[in-house]
Amino acid sequence: MAKTLYDKLFDSHVVREENGTALLYIDRHLVHEVTSPQAFEGLKLAGRKLWRINSILAVPDHNVPTTDRSSGVAGITDPVSRLQVQTLDTNCTDFGVTEFKMGDVRQGIVHVIGPEQGATLPGMTVVCGDSHTSTHGAFGALAHGIGTSEVEHVMATQCLVQKRSKSMLVKVEGQLGKGVTAKDVALAIIGKIGTAGGTGYAIEFAGSAIRGLTMEGRMTLCNMAIEAGARAGMVAVDDTTIDYVKGRPFAPKAAQWDAAVAYWRTLHSDADAQFHATVELKAEEIQPQVTWGTSPEMVVGVDGKVPSLAMAKNDVQRADWERAYAYMGLTADTPIEQIQIDKVFIGSCTNSRIEDLRAAANIAKGKKVAGNVKLALVVPGSGLVKAQAEQEGLDKIFKEAGFEWREPGCSMCLAMNADRLEPGERCASTSNRNFEGRQGQGGRTHLVSPEMAAAAAVTGHFVDVRNF
Amino acid sequence: MKAFTLHQGLVAPLDRANVDTDAIIPKQFLKSIKRSGFGPNAFDEWRYLDHGEPGMDNSKRPLNPEFVLNQPRYKGASILLTRENFGCGSSREHAPWALEDYGFRAIIASSYADIFFNNCFKNGLLPIVLSESIVDDLFKAVEVNPGFQLTVDLEKQTVNTPDGQVYAFEIDAVRKHNLLHGLDDIGLTLQHVDAIKAFELKHKQAQPWLFN
Repeated sequence: MAKTLYDKLFDSHVVREENGTALLYIDRHLVHEVTSPQAFEGLKLAGRKLWRINSILAVPDHNVPTTDRSSGVAGITDPVSRLQVQTLDTNCTDFGVTEFKMGDVRQGIVHVIGPEQGATLPGMTVVCGDSHTSTHGAFGALAHGIGTSEVEHVMATQCLVQKRSKSMLVKVEGQLGKGVTAKDVALAIIGKIGTAGGTGYAIEFAGSAIRGLTMEGRMTLCNMAIEAGARAGMVAVDDTTIDYVKGRPFAPKAAQWDAAVAYWRTLHSDADAQFHATVELKAEEIQPQVTWGTSPEMVVGVDGKVPSLAMAKNDVQRADWERAYAYMGLTADTPIEQIQIDKVFIGSCTNSRIEDLRAAANIAKGKKVAGNVKLALVVPGSGLVKAQAEQEGLDKIFKEAGFEWREPGCSMCLAMNADRLEPGERCASTSNRNFEGRQGQGGRTHLVSPEMAAAAAVTGHFVDVRNF
Repeated sequence: MKAFTLHQGLVAPLDRANVDTDAIIPKQFLKSIKRSGFGPNAFDEWRYLDHGEPGMDNSKRPLNPEFVLNQPRYKGASILLTRENFGCGSSREHAPWALEDYGFRAIIASSYADIFFNNCFKNGLLPIVLSESIVDDLFKAVEVNPGFQLTVDLEKQTVNTPDGQVYAFEIDAVRKHNLLHGLDDIGLTLQHVDAIKAFELKHKQAQPWLFN
């Protein structure tokens, strides 16, 4: 029977299945400091061991400072954050888990370092106690976020209790226009299907526009699958995937490489595979996107306006939008390009890879951050991304333009460290969530691509990067 | 895990769609390395007028009188009535931990985000799905009846109103069984150690590079 990519990945990991509930074997478990301490504690209390230690790769990312790190973990000023990072270090030492500690050049955002190291491979099941684990689906892997109880479950059993998701095909055909990125595709899809549109589904992204994306673009897209409600997003394996993986530290070598590639080439949906739902978008119709509200589905093209209540689909959405106007300090029909910003954040597991930084630097080059912008942050996704960017001179371009060049981590995407918005501040952000308080209590987030964030930084308001 | 069988309790209405887990428990409280004590910070940014940080004495903080859970009539509520796509966003299990620690045993909504929904079952918190029209009716009933209570019967899969209305809900059989008996997932899975080992061996032969 013809299978979807999701079916192939799921079927190849079923240990046992009964009454629609499967025990699914997990190949890679990524761990960070926020959602793991209670899991390690649970194991210790129950006297349980890790099932397969080398399936785990750990890294601190959510709490780490992006400023001076010369004093190491001891230099984290917030004692509660410090304890959490220390706890990860201690647990990894106690259990013998590989960890890229804060001083390691390989340290970075968990969803950046997995692929960068080749620790994420096609055909794998990948989990992490973090919703943006969907990122790794870009490699033709089945990857999704889990809660801390499940983190403990995978640590102890190497398995997850899972029911099959429904499958959704999101097809984007055509050629993306100049200045339109994977981030804009992701936001356009969410705008179309809503933040609950993918609930209960695993999404496969396909079509010529997706095939044309680089691996980094595909990661950006799959990263945002969770913002459409889907726990997993994925893209079929092709030459782009294989070329990216080749030679990475954790990738198979020598004879194993050829066997792996032969298998990976089978990781695509069969031609006549059936999906439970199909959504189609035309690449040419997608514009640079800007969110205006407090949910990623509250999004419009940059040449659009904040929508009016008359456009809401029902009373519940009308109430949602009214709250969003008030929280965001915006009124209906305000043109997006007239919205002034206070801060800029370029970073996060969505958009902090080298291509993102190159694209933003290309816009910022030779310009200055606008006078009304109090802070423009560039936070590379990993120490290796940072080193690469510095080798290319991107750090100099950013610093000359007035951006701050920081150390790698999650930073102002969720503001668990010192990088945050103050109440009322408005931010052009390349991150993934514009929820109330996400970047700091009372902070106002507008999600955009790296190019759009850089363009907003140097003009002080949103601007169409296509005319830049 | 705490078992869930039959629960009768006061219903609190949170009339918003797309309530995300950042709202249920803001990020600063995720720095805790414990599993308990999140209840006083559930909905922190909506619930208090000041900015909350870990370690504060929450009993001394100014409450936001506008926030529904602060209204005296909903004090002691153990069933949360809310709208579609509840629990969207971050996978933080701290969200169900906070709701459970606050005193909720069940949630009623027309839909939930997948990860949050899953996390609830690990913590003896029952997320019930009822249709939008029933949820609408319940919001009206809560509004006009002070002290409005519901009874949730997991065995029978029903939500019962005081005036005798019975709403049936669906639940996965395995989840229901585990919740009714308060079973520990890890213990259950470890009953299949041999099957896991056998699969692992086969998997390693087929894709040895996964085990490097």
